[in-house]
Amino acid sequence: MTKRILIVDDEPNIVISLEFLMKKEGFEVAIANDGEDALAKVASFNPDLMLLDVMMPRKSGYEVCEALRSDPSRGGLLIVMLTAKGRDTEVAKGLALGADAYVTKPFSTKDLVAKVKEMLAL
Amino acid sequence: MKRANPMRQRLAALGLLGIPLLTFPLVGLPGGEWGGVPMAYIYLFGIWSALVLLAAWVAERKAK
Amino acid sequence: MLSPAFILLLSALYMGALFAVARFGDARADAGRSIISANVYALSLAVYCTSWTFYGSVGRATSGGLSFLTIYLGPTLMLLFVGVIVKMIRISKAQRITSIADFIASRYGKSQLLAGLVTIIAVIGVVPYIALQLKAVAASLDVLFEGSGASLDGVLDSTFIIAAFLALFTILFGTRHLDATERHEGMVAAIAFESVVKLIAFIAVGLFVTYSMFNGFADIFERAKAAPALARLLQLDATRAGTWSALILLSGLAILLLPRQFQIIVVENVDETHLRRAVWLFPLYLVLINIFVLPLALGGMLHFGSQAANPDTFVLTLPLARGAEGLALLVFLGGLSAATGMVIVETIALSTMVCNDLVMPWLLRSRWLGVAERRDLSGLLLGIRRAAIVLILLLGYIYFRAAGEAYALVGIGLISFAAVAQFAPAMFGGMYWKQGTRAGAIAGLLGGFSVWLYTLLLPSFARSGWVDSSFVVDGLFGIEALRAQALFGLRGLDEISHALWWSLLVNIGLYVGVSLNSRPDAVEAGQAERFVDIYRHGAVDADQRLWRGSATPDELVGMLERFLGPQRAHQQLAAFASAHGVPDWRKLPADAAFVRFAEGQLSGAIGSASARVMVASVAREENIGLEEVLDILDEATQVRAYSRELEIKSRELEAATTELREANDRLRELDRMKDDFVSTVTHELRTPLTSIRALSEMLFDDPEMALDDRSRFLGIIVNEAERLTRLINQILDMAKLESGRAEWTSSEVDLGEVVREAMDSVGQLFREKGVALAGDFPAALPLVLADRDRLMQVTINLLSNAVKFVPGGSGQVDVRVGVRDGCVRVEVADNGPGLTAEECSLVFEKFRQGGNTLTGKPQGTGLGLPISKQIVEYFGGNLWVESTPGKGAKFIFTVPLPAPEA
Repeated sequence: MTKRILIVDDEPNIVISLEFLMKKEGFEVAIANDGEDALAKVASFNPDLMLLDVMMPRKSGYEVCEALRSDPSRGGLLIVMLTAKGRDTEVAKGLALGADAYVTKPFSTKDLVAKVKEMLAL
Repeated sequence: MKRANPMRQRLAALGLLGIPLLTFPLVGLPGGEWGGVPMAYIYLFGIWSALVLLAAWVAERKAK
Repeated sequence: MLSPAFILLLSALYMGALFAVARFGDARADAGRSIISANVYALSLAVYCTSWTFYGSVGRATSGGLSFLTIYLGPTLMLLFVGVIVKMIRISKAQRITSIADFIASRYGKSQLLAGLVTIIAVIGVVPYIALQLKAVAASLDVLFEGSGASLDGVLDSTFIIAAFLALFTILFGTRHLDATERHEGMVAAIAFESVVKLIAFIAVGLFVTYSMFNGFADIFERAKAAPALARLLQLDATRAGTWSALILLSGLAILLLPRQFQIIVVENVDETHLRRAVWLFPLYLVLINIFVLPLALGGMLHFGSQAANPDTFVLTLPLARGAEGLALLVFLGGLSAATGMVIVETIALSTMVCNDLVMPWLLRSRWLGVAERRDLSGLLLGIRRAAIVLILLLGYIYFRAAGEAYALVGIGLISFAAVAQFAPAMFGGMYWKQGTRAGAIAGLLGGFSVWLYTLLLPSFARSGWVDSSFVVDGLFGIEALRAQALFGLRGLDEISHALWWSLLVNIGLYVGVSLNSRPDAVEAGQAERFVDIYRHGAVDADQRLWRGSATPDELVGMLERFLGPQRAHQQLAAFASAHGVPDWRKLPADAAFVRFAEGQLSGAIGSASARVMVASVAREENIGLEEVLDILDEATQVRAYSRELEIKSRELEAATTELREANDRLRELDRMKDDFVSTVTHELRTPLTSIRALSEMLFDDPEMALDDRSRFLGIIVNEAERLTRLINQILDMAKLESGRAEWTSSEVDLGEVVREAMDSVGQLFREKGVALAGDFPAALPLVLADRDRLMQVTINLLSNAVKFVPGGSGQVDVRVGVRDGCVRVEVADNGPGLTAEECSLVFEKFRQGGNTLTGKPQGTGLGLPISKQIVEYFGGNLWVESTPGKGAKFIFTVPLPAPEA
């Protein structure tokens, strides 16, 4: 069964590259452009893993993460935070809010793919 | 604390003014008479009274 | 009518009235409602005007003309130096001084020797003065009795009776109880009352003689001028200039240094501010009481002619000659007031000194009294004082008998003045010169006093034949240079000036010379500090450290009980205890404060020197070295100065701390902002970098990638690289602007032309998106001083922002340039989505882009508007936005016109 990945980012070009990358690896991909959109897509698309940008308009990645982690029915959803702000406090905050992994932009495509596959136990 | 007390200084100044006015040679200066009264007598009592009145004015002026 | 019995009865009644005044004053004082007002204080100073003034001035005027006035000019001038008196009062209050002997002794280390010496000089010096009063009262009685044909002479020695009567009266007045402060408010009130009586009496007789017996001042003076013997009295004798000045100096010193004057001015002063009244009211009194002296003298001489009338009693004989017996009686009462006032205050002052400074030290030292003996000594103290009063009046009587007949009243008084003038160097030196020592004071006093004895007192005895007069006529041992009244050949002066100059020369010379060559001990140095720096050593905090030792409360209490009487002692102890927050005085700790309190109380009763001896006898005092005392006092002075400085410093420090805290907060805020900025910049740089890296890695990893994907990705990479470049440029630009390192050119710029050019350069963008761009310019615009390229940058930024946000096809951007409020104003209005009020301010913050996420993230760095705002503000203009959501936005910037040249 194909794993579903939800890509959440407000930068169109990053979305394009991530979408291409994930589709090439054979995942089923959905896109969201901001936090609220992301929550809606989680409900409709029911992803196994989401690549979640932190700095977004209308609901930050942190808020999205927090909202999802407070929903027990979404316990199995894996969350990978993506951020261009590399400060330790931000990494710690993301992990504390329940993210499963944290990737700093710009990232290596190979590493990202490897990490996603590892997390999905493929 | 010792502070310059303006009233005391004014009075002392009056005293310093009074000393030459009430000693020789100045007191020997007035001669003759005025209205039958010797000038020496008028001078001494005049200066003396003036000092006293000035002192009264200085001392009582700014009674707190 | 003027029978002796009637006169004596009247005198007794008058004295009874005085006594009633005194009792009233004491009662009010005990009730805590003092009747001593400024006026009473000032009038009580007129105790200076004794029989000498009342009878003697007229006598002196008959021989010396106006020179009698010097005795009153001196005090007038001296009182004007009120600072000296204030200092004396302050010191006396702080040190619980009870007499002038106490003052001088206390200054030089509470020396018993000095206290005794001053007392002896005062008693010997003042006895002639008391004799003068006896003589005057006796003479006045003689005159009155003569008028009635009766005489006490032969029956009884009237002078002796008067002396005895005065002694009794003084005892009743002054030694009713032993007061810790030696204050006698009742007595002061009675003295003030007497001052009024004598002034009224003297003016009454003056008016009577001048206007009833003669036709006013002019008449008397005219008639005197006609008489050759009197004419010289109307002019001042310039050859006596030296005497004139000497007498002013002498009387100026006497007003402070006579024991009774010190008592009234310093000891009896209840309120320093009373001096303000005294400084003029007392001199005014002197003026008034002297106005009629010369007319009376001349009138008497004119009236009695060559008859051998005593000029000292003109004030009585003149009214009597006209049968004005009532007036004569009033004058007699005035004279009696003058004499009794002086005798009462003088003997009280002297008896206090004799008791405290002569008898007590001797009693305390002798085994006879036994310090361990627990007995109430307050009764003994009163007894000693009463005995002293009797003794002093007895001495006055003896002097009167010995020398009195040979002298006129004034001559006797001046002898006393010269004696107390000897206190001046030790007194004033002690108040203003810390180096003055006990040895110096003793040497000066002894020297000056000896000269006084030799040149003034002994000659007065010689004159009356009591002692051989050869030392006056031929000089001691026949040495001419030692002639008592022409010492070392000094002639041309009267005996008073002669004695004054020699005695003061010796006195000052010895005081200064010996002081400079001796060292004070610790107690003395401490007292010197406290006296000279009284204004700084007001409090007693340092004093307490100056005493170190141990005592038991029982011993101290016992000592107080003995000297003050148990009742009074307990009263004072209770007051002291409650002031120190101790409910029961029996539980007081015997600390330095208690010991000092005890010494203070004893000082009030027996003088500072004796008190010190007493306290030392029960308190095992540790010796504190001189250096230590000076250190402590110096320290106290410095500490006070420092603490003031410290107060100022700490206030400054507080202010500085506040400022520092604010600055620190600002810095922390700036730091946080910088941190945020760096973090934001990082974010902004990493975002395009992320796309570039991801896409180029994919391109690199997958050479098989479809061509259209490949070219699409390459396009994105190129765009993102451009974005990165733009971003870096703008960040650097921003950094330059913010740090002030940006380079600016300044020239006259036509903004309209700038805007037109900017519109041309962005025209392509508008056409591509299908947005209409319209401009509205006035024909001619005033020039502004600015950087043309920078203004172009701002305009282009605004235009490209506008085109970014308007919808393609239907978009419309209008540019208007105009002049308003002294500024050239450029407006860029669009019909885009508009901004909320919050966004209107946010868009000018760094990296805060406006825009609606539904339409996707706008192209831009988020630095355009902040940079534009900085540029416009640099030229003194402003950049802001006016907008309503949904109705488009209007960005406006202004550049001020140059100030019109004046």
